[in-house]
Amino acid sequence: MWNYEKRLQHPVNIKNPNPQLASMIISQFGGPDGELGASMRYLSQRYSMPYREVAGLLTDIGTEELAHLEMVSSIVHQLTRNLSIEEIEGTNFEPYYVDHTAGVWPQAAGGTPFTATIFQSKGDPITDMHEDLAAEQKARTTYDNLIRLIKDPDVLDPIRFLRAREIVHYQRFGEGLRLITDKLNSKNFYAVNPAFDTQVKAEK
Amino acid sequence: MNKSMSDRSRLSHWINMVSFALNDITLYLDTHPDDTEALEYFYHYQDIRNQALKEYAICYGPLTLDSDTKRSDWDWALQPFPWEGGHC
Repeated sequence: MWNYEKRLQHPVNIKNPNPQLASMIISQFGGPDGELGASMRYLSQRYSMPYREVAGLLTDIGTEELAHLEMVSSIVHQLTRNLSIEEIEGTNFEPYYVDHTAGVWPQAAGGTPFTATIFQSKGDPITDMHEDLAAEQKARTTYDNLIRLIKDPDVLDPIRFLRAREIVHYQRFGEGLRLITDKLNSKNFYAVNPAFDTQVKAEK
Repeated sequence: MNKSMSDRSRLSHWINMVSFALNDITLYLDTHPDDTEALEYFYHYQDIRNQALKEYAICYGPLTLDSDTKRSDWDWALQPFPWEGGHC
């Protein structure tokens, strides 16, 4: 189960609202390569992972991603608080404001609501690790794209932190994949799915 | 407790730093559970973090439910939430 800590993993202190920017950054909350998707992906995959080291990794990275979605949501909140209607009109934030005022809700920059269809939990350790490696790279690219759009140093600081963490997670999942393939038949990794084929005793 | 905002910021920053060290070594230990040096590093920073959390709870209100030992006010809900910003 989960405990909550009343701090952000890395602080967010933004002085200048910017609803236009918020409507882009929100993609890292509820978008196709955002932190909510990452968290649900890893926390969902861990149940069928027969190797405890990797189940631990999925649990711990999945939990860290919850801390990240909290940071992204905090950024969106601080960029959209105390706005006048004039500051909203004519920006990309205007349609979102109609449906959510300044509430925080998981969607992509383009407006697509968050959906589980952005991730897979395939129930096959090798497949799931490849999914996760790709996810971290997609997130990193999204942060790269956002960094090109952001001029405010208050916003750049937490975004750069989040980008750096994606790269570390990618490396950890790479180790997870290596760990899994080491435990499988070196002649044919795909001979069995250790999460499903019960004649194979999964090494704990 | 008469502590200035900068003392609160400093302790807050310290807790973030120490907690991050723990987060990061945790991920490493997940795929390298036999690394004794890493294990020592983990327990070293865990002690420091628990100490810092206790101190923060007494002066400013708890950051975790487990470190809430003052038993006087429900600071858990009443002290600022981290997304409010404006202070570290």
